[in-house]
This record gives sequence, C-alpha cells and structure tokens, in this order.
Amino acid sequence: MRVLIPVLTLTLAACGGEVSTPTFHAEGRPALLSEWEMVSTAGGHLTLSEGVEPFELITPLFTDHAGKLRTIWMPEGLSATYSNDDVFDFPVGTVITKTFYYPVDEAGNVLRGDAGLQVSDTPETLDLDRVRLIETRLLIHREAGWVALPYVWNEDESDARLMRAGYTETLTLAEADGSFREINYLVPNVNQCAGCHATNNTTRELSPIGPAARHLNRDYDYARGAQNQLLHFIATGYLTDVPEIDLVPRAALWTDPDISLAERARSYLDINCAHCHNPVGAADTSGLHLNIDAEEGPNTGICKPPIAAGPGSGGHRFDIVPGEPDESIFIYRLNSRQGDIMMPELGRSLIHEEGVELIRNWIAEMDGSCF
Amino acid sequence: MVQRSFGIVLIMSAALAACGGGDEGRDISGANTDFQTTLIERLIDAQAGDVIDIPAGVYSFDRSLSLTVDGVTIRGAGMDETILSFANQTSGAEGLLVTASNFTIEDIAIEDTRGDALKVNEGENIIIRRVRTEWTNGPDTNNGAYGIYPVQTTNTLIEGAVAIGASDAGIYVGQSRNVIVRDSRAEYNVAGIEIENTIGADVYNNVATNNTGGILVFNMPNLPQPGYGTRVYNNEVFENNTGNFGHPGTPVASVPAGSGVVINSNDQVEVFNNDIRDHRTANIIISSVYSAGYSDLSAQDDFDPYPETIWISGNTLGEGGGNPDNVELQALRVMMFGLTGNIPDVLWDGFANADLMVDGEMPTQYRICLDNGDAQLLNVDGPNGYSDPHIVEDAACSHDRLAEIVLPF
Repeated sequence: MRVLIPVLTLTLAACGGEVSTPTFHAEGRPALLSEWEMVSTAGGHLTLSEGVEPFELITPLFTDHAGKLRTIWMPEGLSATYSNDDVFDFPVGTVITKTFYYPVDEAGNVLRGDAGLQVSDTPETLDLDRVRLIETRLLIHREAGWVALPYVWNEDESDARLMRAGYTETLTLAEADGSFREINYLVPNVNQCAGCHATNNTTRELSPIGPAARHLNRDYDYARGAQNQLLHFIATGYLTDVPEIDLVPRAALWTDPDISLAERARSYLDINCAHCHNPVGAADTSGLHLNIDAEEGPNTGICKPPIAAGPGSGGHRFDIVPGEPDESIFIYRLNSRQGDIMMPELGRSLIHEEGVELIRNWIAEMDGSCF
Repeated sequence: MVQRSFGIVLIMSAALAACGGGDEGRDISGANTDFQTTLIERLIDAQAGDVIDIPAGVYSFDRSLSLTVDGVTIRGAGMDETILSFANQTSGAEGLLVTASNFTIEDIAIEDTRGDALKVNEGENIIIRRVRTEWTNGPDTNNGAYGIYPVQTTNTLIEGAVAIGASDAGIYVGQSRNVIVRDSRAEYNVAGIEIENTIGADVYNNVATNNTGGILVFNMPNLPQPGYGTRVYNNEVFENNTGNFGHPGTPVASVPAGSGVVINSNDQVEVFNNDIRDHRTANIIISSVYSAGYSDLSAQDDFDPYPETIWISGNTLGEGGGNPDNVELQALRVMMFGLTGNIPDVLWDGFANADLMVDGEMPTQYRICLDNGDAQLLNVDGPNGYSDPHIVEDAACSHDRLAEIVLPF
C-alpha cells in the first residue's frame, strides 16, 4: 500500500512559471516534504527549486538498483568549505536531499534505476510518467548538528509524508534479461538513518557521507550543460577553498575497466562499507577498516579472522584469502540476503551481483596466502 | 615468533557436529504484532530520563529495534512475562541495537532473533538486569550469534540475566572496560559467558552449564584494545559438554566440547573459588590463538598472542578430561595417562613468549600459576609439534591480586 495523503495546498512550482524558494526549518519535523520546498512535482515532472543543485557520486552506494536524484541547497550567501579527504564542512542551514526512484515499465514493474535509463528529456528533472517515486530522504544541518528525516511519496506523487518509523514495500524488479526479482524495499526509520550516517560511533553525530571531494570530482549534465561538479559548486557559490582541480582526489569509478581492480574494489568498499567500517565507525568493533585510506593488511580483511561474525563467517576462517574468493568471508556476506549474514546490514534486499563480481575478481587476482 | 601451528588442541572436528536443532520454538501465532510501530516510535522519541515500560505479553517484530538516546530505561514485567519475539524477523542484524549511554534494560526477554539478540555498541554505564535472551528451539547452528552483547562499553553490569541457545556466546562482553557479570545463567550456548579484549572484568556467582565451553576469557587480534585483568570466581561451571554448534570459521567454533574455563591469549586472569566439574575435554584450558590455527599473518604487528600472568587457585575441580573432544587429545590422554586416565585439570598449549624469558625460564610475573590442591598443569608442547607433552612440575606460584571492579552506580 502506498501512503495516502490529504489533498494539499502545494506551492505549484514550475507550473505557472513561479519558482518556489527552499525553506530551512531550523527546528521541528515538517510532516510533508513540500514544506521544505526543495523538490516538487507538478506538470508531470519532479523539479528542483531555485538554488537546489543536483549532484552525483562517482561510485555510489548500492541500494537495490534504485535511481537516486541527489541535491544540495544552502541559504543565501553561505558556502561549504572544501576538504581534501573528508566530507565538506557544510554551513548550518544546508539541506541535502536524496530522492529514490525506479523507472517503470508498462506492466507496472520497476526497472533498474542505476542502469543509465533516460528518465527525463530535461536535465535536473524526473518525468513522472517514466519513474515511480519511492522516498526522499533529507539531511538537514541545524545548529545542534545534522538531522535525518525520511519522506515517503504518496500514490499520486503529489507529495511525500514523513515516516519516522520507517516503511517497507515489496516491488517487482523486471531485469533486462526478462527475469524478475523481488525487492523488499526498506525505508529506514530515523534511528536506522543514524546506523549509516553516524560515521563516528563515539560522537554519534550524523554526517553526510557522499559529498566529499573524491566522490564529487566528475562532470554532471546540468541544464546549462555539462560541467565538473566541484567547479559548478564554486561557480554557484556553494564551495570555497578548493585547490587546483587537477590536485583534487578522484574516487575510482567501480565499473571503469581502464582502472585497476584494486582501485575499483577499494572505491566500491569505501562508499558501500566505510561509513561503518572505519576506525571510529560502528563496525570498528570488528577491526575491519574499509575506508579508502586504510593501509592494506589484516585490518583491511586480508587473512583477518572474524571477531563476532557468527553465521556471517559462512564456514570461512578469513575475511579475504588471497586468490580464493570462494573461501573469503567478504564474498559470502556480500552474496547473502539474510539479515544476520549480509553486508551491508541495511539498505539492500537484493544481492548486488555486479559488485560481488568486482570484489571476487579483485580477491582472485591477489597473491599470497594466509599461512 | 612462531609462524604457524598445526593446532591439534583446539582445531577440531566438533565444528562439523553442527546441530540441526530439534525442538520447536515458541508458538507466536497469538502474539501482538501491532505493538511494533508503537515501540519503534517510542524508541525514536525517547528523551533522557524516560522509562519505556512494556507490559506483560508476547510481542512479535519483523525488523530490528534500535535506541540512540542516552539515559533511557526499557523495563518489562519480568523475563518470563514480557517477551519480544523476533521469530518472524525479516530485516536487521539484531533484535535490539542500542547505541547510547546510561542505558538500563531489565525484566524482559528477547527471543529468536535472526542475528544477535541485544547489542549495545559503545556507551557508558550500561545495566542489563534480569534480561533473558533465548533461541527457543534449543541449540542450533542457525541461531543468532550472541545473546547479550555489550561491545566497546565502559562500566557495564550484567546481573540476573539468562542466556540460552546462542550459536556463539550467550553473554559476550567485547572490547569493554570495567565490567561485572554476576548472578547470571548461561546454558546451551557454544560459549556460555565470554569476556573478550576487555580491560577489567569480574565474573562471579554465575552458572554456566550445558554449553560447549563454560566461561571464556579471550583476546583476538586486530582490535582497538587488547584485554587484560579478568577475575573469574565463585561460579558454578559444570557439564559444559554440548557438541560445538558454532559456525565453522568463527573463533568459538574451535572450542572443544567439554571445556570448563578457557583462557585464550589473554593476560592477568585470575580463576579462583569456582566449582568446575564434569568436562569431557578439560576443566580449564589455557591457550594461544596459534592453537586456534592462526598465524602471524592474521594479526596486527603488536598483537600479543600469549596468555600471561594467569593464576588458578582455590577452585573445587571435579571430574574432567576423561574423554576429550579431539582425536589428538584422546590419543595423548591414553598415551600419557592410560585407557581410563584423564587429562589433568589444567591443559596448556605451551605457547609462551620467548622474548620474556630470562636464562630459559619464564619470570614468575608472567607465568601460569597453578596453586590449586593436587590439580596438575599439562603442557602439550604445541610449539614443538606436540612432541613432548609433559606435566609442569613447578607450577605453584602466585601473582599480585587484581583489584575488585567497582562500578560508579
């Protein structure tokens, strides 16, 4: 069942040529996504409000093949400060949104949203005839820190409603080869948002994960043409203190065959795992660190015995056995859909087969042994 | 450094004895399913000082619960009255995940979770009192790993708890500081009570029985802190002979059935005034991770794999070591002690840090001191391929007493 929402008095952006202005709510929990005026749906499209800038990550988190439209907005005159390695330092008032959607076929099945299907004829918009909106998650930077709020779109896609206790829905994914896969789509509850976004489990302060230099250092097809995202953010006044663009780090695109397997694998593990698996993250209890700058060795999984994996060991003795992907716990856990086995623990119900293949090939080409 | 070991002591076939389970679990067909959203919202909205009371009843959940707010108490009406059942769980890696300080949970049961039952990941001042975690189908490899699982906590009290059926450890305290586990009962788990990479723990007045191993004090490599300073005393540890149903590959899967108290790669451990008896492999085992089949390749450079400064005294040690759950140990038993003989009360794999030795002798301060009536210490000579197993003749010695653990609440 979709969520039903009473008929609303929406600001009909992009309808009568009127452009809505985003609103930063310094406190409270607006019940409707429209109250933020970041994105809106009218005239058959989801559009972005004035000053709401879209962005993409080079290698993204896998989320059951959902498509993601990410945006960022800051109040007039404010900007983020560049960091070479960490998430940028965003000013209070920043609102980041991520809208999860799937392209749809005529039978009502959903299609892969991460397969490059065209979902609109106009950049920076989604054509509602071609996609199904699922949810829009907000990260809001308030005085006391970041706050996460999940909004679930209603059936007619006129608005989305705050669902702090989370939400699940079963979707049927039609694959390109004619097969079907069932997605048990989970909208996280507010505490589960912290499960990933509290990247430091000691301070437990929430933080964005994606908007760091290495993930953003790529082009985006803006309405006004393609441009490097960092240069675009500089031009829009959203980012300061950026070094020469040639000196900015760039994450490996996980699908780029011209990049080494090791670089692609570490980039994939960085964005999919390191929000917990870092030296201060929730999974530091495991001693397995998958942040991009973790030095290769037992702490990145090589010949590392599990600590508290339980059934996650799959009968294997080490996270990675060089040259032996099928004896490596990594593959076993990435290849599972079962709650106590699968990694990541949250955010997917499908196996990311292409991701598993990447990690498998990476382990297979490693030299060495564990004895 | 020893580069590898063949690990006859702890690597064993018992891992193959994966139990298929047998009993049927609790019937939750009449359980309350409407409470899930209510409880999730109460956990999200909780403020410091709140008490979330859950009345008697059986409540069914299909996903994990989590609490991120400091200073909250969750209170049921009794560990057999208020039952949170996760038998129908479809998502989440644990039943209740707490990432908060000043947390108390009491008088409640968490049953049949897909993964761990109660996990507290980082926090200070954690009280887990009269909580039962159980897989109601009995010991089964498919059960979740841990029952009660505080990790990276400071000041933790577990008392009056009951943990049954975990496929790893019933009560597991990991990477923590200042811990008391008392007056609790662990039964039919692979490990009954396990203290791992923890600094300062008192484990007393507990009952550990029918587990594969009763009480374990372990250190594992690659973790933020090595543990030391655990006292295990006044416990009843008996008949921990349940076949190992742990997941192959996990550290506890290498624990032989019939292990009473096991100290692995940990330092400064006192085991005294316990009643330890009726263990088929040995009442007390002292070992290194080398015996669990790991080499130096599997550990960070500064990991200390050797158990040091161990003191066994004043325990009442009953029957033990008559039928070890390990082929090589069986052979060794017969060879050294005869067909009807027993492995001595304390079994040591013999791994020791040569760098600490002075004139070929281990200084007393690092030794395994066995001062326990006529109990004997058997060194099975692991470092030399088990070629010269022997009784350690001069094991009697003592160490400075460890301080009592004092909690600030």
